[in-house]
Amino acid sequence: MATQLLFGLVGIILFLLGVWSFLAHRPLLRKLIALNVMGAGVFHVLVAVAYRGLEKTPDPIPHALVLTGIVVAVSATALALTLGQRLEHEDD
Amino acid sequence: MIPDNILPAAIVLSSLIPGLFIFLLDEERHVLRTVLNMAGALGKLVLVGLLIQGVYEERLIESRWTLAPGLDLVLSADALSVLFVTLSTVLWLVTTVYAVGYLEHSPNRSRFFGFFSLCVTATVGLALAGNLLTFVIFYEALTLSTYPLVAHRGTPDSAQGARVYLAYTLGGGVLLLTGAVWLRSLAGPVIFTQGGMLSDLAGVYDGQLIAIFFLLVGGLGVKAALVPLHGWLPQAMVAPAPVSALLHAVAVVKAGAFGIIRVVYDIYGVVLAESLGLLSVLATMASITIIYGSLRALSQDGLKKRLAYSTVSQVSYIALGASVFGPIATIGGVVHLVHQGVMKITMFFCAGNYAETLGVHRVSEMNGVGRRMPWTTLAFTVGALGMIGVPPVAGFVSKWYLGLGAAEAGSDWVLLILVASSLLNAAYFFPILFRAWLADPPASWPEEHIAARRLETTGALLWPPVVTALLALVAGLFAAAPVSPLEWAELIARREYGL
Amino acid sequence: MIDWLALTVALPLLGSVLVAAIPARSPGIGMATGLLTTTAALSVGVLIAHAGEPRSDLGGWGVPLGIALQADGLSGALLVMANLVALGISAYALGYFASGLRRHFWPLWLLLWSSLNALFLAADVFNIYVTLELLGIAAAALGALTGGQAAIAANLRYLLVGLLGSMTYLLGVAILYTGLGTLDLRLAAESLTPGPLAWTAGALMLGGLLLKAALFPLHFWLPPAHAQAPAPVSAALSALVVKAAFYLVLRLWIDLFAPVVGPGPGILLGALGAGGVIWGSWRAFRSERLKLLAAYSTVAQVGYLFLLFPLLAAAALPKQQELLGALLLLALTHGFAKAGLFLSAGLLQKHAGHDRIAELGPAIRSLPAVAFAMGLAGVALVGLPPSGAFIAKWILLTESFAMDRWWWALVVLVGTLMASAYVFRLLENAFGPAAHLDAVELGGDVQTEKIGRMIQAPALLMALVAVVLLGLGAESLWGLLGSSSP
Repeated sequence: MATQLLFGLVGIILFLLGVWSFLAHRPLLRKLIALNVMGAGVFHVLVAVAYRGLEKTPDPIPHALVLTGIVVAVSATALALTLGQRLEHEDD
Repeated sequence: MIPDNILPAAIVLSSLIPGLFIFLLDEERHVLRTVLNMAGALGKLVLVGLLIQGVYEERLIESRWTLAPGLDLVLSADALSVLFVTLSTVLWLVTTVYAVGYLEHSPNRSRFFGFFSLCVTATVGLALAGNLLTFVIFYEALTLSTYPLVAHRGTPDSAQGARVYLAYTLGGGVLLLTGAVWLRSLAGPVIFTQGGMLSDLAGVYDGQLIAIFFLLVGGLGVKAALVPLHGWLPQAMVAPAPVSALLHAVAVVKAGAFGIIRVVYDIYGVVLAESLGLLSVLATMASITIIYGSLRALSQDGLKKRLAYSTVSQVSYIALGASVFGPIATIGGVVHLVHQGVMKITMFFCAGNYAETLGVHRVSEMNGVGRRMPWTTLAFTVGALGMIGVPPVAGFVSKWYLGLGAAEAGSDWVLLILVASSLLNAAYFFPILFRAWLADPPASWPEEHIAARRLETTGALLWPPVVTALLALVAGLFAAAPVSPLEWAELIARREYGL
Repeated sequence: MIDWLALTVALPLLGSVLVAAIPARSPGIGMATGLLTTTAALSVGVLIAHAGEPRSDLGGWGVPLGIALQADGLSGALLVMANLVALGISAYALGYFASGLRRHFWPLWLLLWSSLNALFLAADVFNIYVTLELLGIAAAALGALTGGQAAIAANLRYLLVGLLGSMTYLLGVAILYTGLGTLDLRLAAESLTPGPLAWTAGALMLGGLLLKAALFPLHFWLPPAHAQAPAPVSAALSALVVKAAFYLVLRLWIDLFAPVVGPGPGILLGALGAGGVIWGSWRAFRSERLKLLAAYSTVAQVGYLFLLFPLLAAAALPKQQELLGALLLLALTHGFAKAGLFLSAGLLQKHAGHDRIAELGPAIRSLPAVAFAMGLAGVALVGLPPSGAFIAKWILLTESFAMDRWWWALVVLVGTLMASAYVFRLLENAFGPAAHLDAVELGGDVQTEKIGRMIQAPALLMALVAVVLLGLGAESLWGLLGSSSP
């Protein structure tokens, strides 16, 4: 129970940290990291939700959501990095 | 032959379909374009004839199309709509002939005639509208289809005039829309009913009804050129003469005036309007417009500008007729819809003739023009006399009924306005007539485009004003005949007042 | 039994792979895929009209483990609109892109199309997240297609902002799952009760979506992104992608949250919508470039859509159907009209080499069909008759007055006047000195092209649908809505 609460709270804190960082920092890399931290926060919350106690196996659905979320976050980050690199090249 | 529920829709389509085809025509196909135009106009005339017969027999002639739950597009025929439709159709036919002649060798004729047809479609749709929603739809469509006509020439002046026109008319449209939806939210579907349909709401919603009336009349008053909403009209004179003729005799100003008649008679009803004090306000606005328009006309040297201000003044006779309580004033106002239309279009045709043939645009250039272009000037004279109210031209008949109605209703000051306005009309028209007939012509005209041969100008330019002048004369001379506009106006008044 | 629902998603996906594998044939394959997909979408529409709410459980797996596709009147109508517009855009793109960009356009475009369809048919809140992300990635990539500095910057910002929105949404989903134990829309609706759970989840989910739907003041990313993208992409972004996000807000609002939150949020959304209408119209009027004008016009239009929320919240059930129909009609009309406007703008830009409104006169006058399409689209955007938008506006106005909430009507009327101003400022350039476009007027080094006849057709068709078809034939929409829930 306490584990669940811990994960959930940490997740929310991470999420909020990510939002703040995204809004406050200008460089692209910072924003991307912020977004990934936000994502990590949400995944923490989901993992916390999946916990059903020591006896039972965790709920698979939130885990599936986490996996999908990670894939999506990675693809989006990749695209953002590519675009960012293009932007750097154009500047030269 | 044609089912009663298709007839109104057919009348609207008879100018829409040719118009759409005309847009697609190449510039050089003038024969085909003229054929399409004339076919549409003649077809419409035939259909209108059937319509007149049906309304006379008091059949229910209505086309209905559902746009959304509870919102129907309704085209229906009653005596008043038939009056306006007939006027529009006959004058469209004449104007088409004139426009073909006037715009010969001009660019973008397919575009012009396309929008021209759309304009007429909107006008007849508005005339046949059976409820306020349909009226608003066609009223806005009229704005959209006339804008390209005003902007047609593409000069910076045209663009500016068109911009002003649009600003006024779209603004008026918003006022009208506001009033319409407000009324709809109070009273449900607003169906034009003889004698009005708001009597249930009287007493409870008086304040709102008064506000709505001003919104509606304000929105309609822009097109009807009620002071101070008239500003677009003189500016719109940049349009080619056929457009000015159409705008001032048939489509736009009449649509506004027609709408005011609908609001007073078929939405509010004279009794309710009178009891809410709305009629006296309308009468005041109309009277101010009548006098102001005439005063401004006095100082204009540009011929079209002078005629524009004269229109501002004259169209308010219609509103005046609607605002004086009593069937006789109603007859005067309603019949003036027709008479003013025919007379004014004559004068604008003539103005166009002077410009096209001789390069004469100003009154000061019109010395002796009667000798060079006698038939045109004769037509112009007939129109001018009618405007002043000299018998036997039709204008006299409308003024007579208005005066009589005012006297009967005990509104002596209206009588005074009528007399004053006639004097002012004389003051700005007689000098033109004197110049034209009695002064010596100049050594040469500003720009003689068309030389005088057998006819003083081209046939397409000459016949229309002669025909319409003749119509104005006939309407006055034979006003008592069973098929005159006056008789029809009497029918309308009888049905409205339940006599 | 052909699973039309699944086909609308699968076909473009397949097409996307094929086109990536065989770039030389991309236009042909792309167009063929588009036609097949649109057919599937139309079939879904027919299904809804006849049989209510088709549902497809993919792979035979039911709730709660499976992924289901579901359509009803609302999503079905939007689906059909989206596919028809996408087909038009595809036809346009055939002629628009030179061979270089073409091979990059088609795979991304078909991917976008697939995720769009999947989004409209999504039946659970997580599937919505997935499709939303796919859509965002495809859209951002397409927007940056030309590779120019401004385009990349604008669309990178779009991507980042979109990610912010979807992360927020995902957190909301997580919280929702915590409380309800289900992701399925219908099951969630049954078990959701008023309370902090609903409020938190609602705020997060809707907040994230509002960012993607460009509701004022969260609209800031939209104008640059839409203005910089190539014309067919701008059309898709403004007409479809934004609409998809809006649809999700509407869906979640109606199905999940409206019954459990008070009138407050509805009024807030309406107020923000009003801000969007005024601000968007003002900026559109001040725009010097055509595509920027169109983009700000989208901000205004989204504002209009949100004006209906407070009325929806306050209305009794039968009136709600009427208002919903008006909302749908407005969304559909705008979709077609905006696509028509952007496609026309694209042609003008190609012809003149630029899109500065003040100097577009000659280009507009030499392409009368395009000018006409733009005129019709403009009429629909202002909401003048006979367009579908006019009817929707009439209903919106009447209901505002009837429910004594006339201030919303005031916003609509002011917005109409402002829209007239910016539309006619554009259209008045269609009337001027005779049409010819020569090098003198353009400046020697600007690239211009001749515009063929075929490519002008899609824009004109879209505009005609917005003004004529939806204007006169709108009644069947309410029938479509009625044949499904509630």
